[in-house]
Amino acid sequence: MRIPCPVCGVRDRREFTWGADALALDRPAVDAGEVAWDDYLHNRENPAGPTRDLWYHDACGTWAVVDRDTVTHAVHGSSLAETARAGKAAAGKGRA
Amino acid sequence: MGRFSGLKVIWEGLRGQTGWTPMWRDPEPKAEYDVVIIGGGGHGLSTAYYLAKEHGITNVAVLEKGYLGGGNVGRNTTIVRANYFLPGNSEFYSHSLKLWEGLEADLNYNVMHSQRGLINLFHSDGQRDAFVRRGNAMVNQGDDAILLDRDGVRKHLPYLDFDNVRFPIYGGLLHPRGGTARHDAVAWGYARGADQRGVDLIQNCEVTGIDIEGGVVRGVQTSRGPIRAKKVAMIVAGRSSQVAAMAGMRLPIESHVLQAFVTEGLKPVINHVVSFGMGHFYISQSDKGGLVFGGDIDFYSSYAARGNLPMKEHVMDAAMTLMPMIGKAKVLRSWGGIMDMSPDGSPTIDKTPTEGLFVNCGWNYGGFKAVPGSGFSTAHLIATGQHHAPAAKFRLDRFLTGRGIMDEEGTGAQHNLH
Repeated sequence: MRIPCPVCGVRDRREFTWGADALALDRPAVDAGEVAWDDYLHNRENPAGPTRDLWYHDACGTWAVVDRDTVTHAVHGSSLAETARAGKAAAGKGRA
Repeated sequence: MGRFSGLKVIWEGLRGQTGWTPMWRDPEPKAEYDVVIIGGGGHGLSTAYYLAKEHGITNVAVLEKGYLGGGNVGRNTTIVRANYFLPGNSEFYSHSLKLWEGLEADLNYNVMHSQRGLINLFHSDGQRDAFVRRGNAMVNQGDDAILLDRDGVRKHLPYLDFDNVRFPIYGGLLHPRGGTARHDAVAWGYARGADQRGVDLIQNCEVTGIDIEGGVVRGVQTSRGPIRAKKVAMIVAGRSSQVAAMAGMRLPIESHVLQAFVTEGLKPVINHVVSFGMGHFYISQSDKGGLVFGGDIDFYSSYAARGNLPMKEHVMDAAMTLMPMIGKAKVLRSWGGIMDMSPDGSPTIDKTPTEGLFVNCGWNYGGFKAVPGSGFSTAHLIATGQHHAPAAKFRLDRFLTGRGIMDEEGTGAQHNLH
């Protein structure tokens, strides 16, 4: 499996550490309550098929949101996690 | 299909094996059952068996989208053990191992359960202390554990590299009642036993929806039509999130791929199950002679049932580090199974917010040895509405409440750490 780093280009999977589902970017507010936080920390859609998840490029220190497929292992593209989170905030979805 | 016996084997041998009949029926689904079990794997089949045997509930269907035992129960590395440390896990696996020890007589089926002994190796004083604690916990639970020093391990496993520079072998914790079993036979034995007691085993029947009215489960929609049910149990590790989504639930599960490997058949050389925790490596030898071994999960969410090369390399590195002789064996094949990984590395057997709907999931990479205990405890919960004592801590809400989290590795109750 090869993964495109938004900064360095396509690199071997060995250079990356998997982080979490990209919903990790959608952090609830501090006072959102224990149910919201439990849901955020533990519960998952866990899709069989297209997914977006966070990978850390060990070589350059970039967190990337990677679009890929959990069934075929096909990797479709990636973007900076920073940009994705800023996009969420701009769209009013960010709760951090 | 009658009982199996040595006499019957001889008799059939004399008359050309013409008297064998199918081990279970192939029934059409009925319109309604008392209990519908989604998933015809080890856990689903054992649940059906114990519902019938222990509770007299026989109006039961097991719905399997493929063929019986075609999922993880047919894709694992067959290890059976009860060497857990934490309360909650310890009594559950202890109970499960006791069921294993009576399983062949109970099922009248040869599951080739072989208590050849399991040895967990340690490589430092600190690790020895940790295994002393674990061994004491196992003994306190009523199970068996023997601490071996370096020479003690050498008597059992003379072929290891004892003086490896990075991981010299200090000793090991021997669990004599640990071992292996024939994985497919476990599924088949439970299937036959359930069928004989009247359970309908329905294959090629995919559940496509779960019918819920007013918070109460009413039945399921399937590829072979709707089936009404008073109670429904989701027992589909590997696909738990998809099935639970039909009931509007999101589970604390991530699916990961775990790879396993087998070599060409060799003469008997490895007589135990050997676990090399520092390399995330374990190995045993099957009765056919193949060395069966594996490592850690690939560490990214996956449903591909096949892994990537980096973990293969890692496993082979660990194998060569532990037992250099393995370099002469040829790997025949490798495969991957889809694991329900939970945040604390422990499973769930519980009710759901929907009345009459039960969930059994989150077995991480340890589901095979749990098959008897899981079925027994799940059947108890379905039949009585009460949690079976050895599995009483496997609650779905433990991550919300913080009570009863069973983090056996002590790494923290969050995803991607187990």
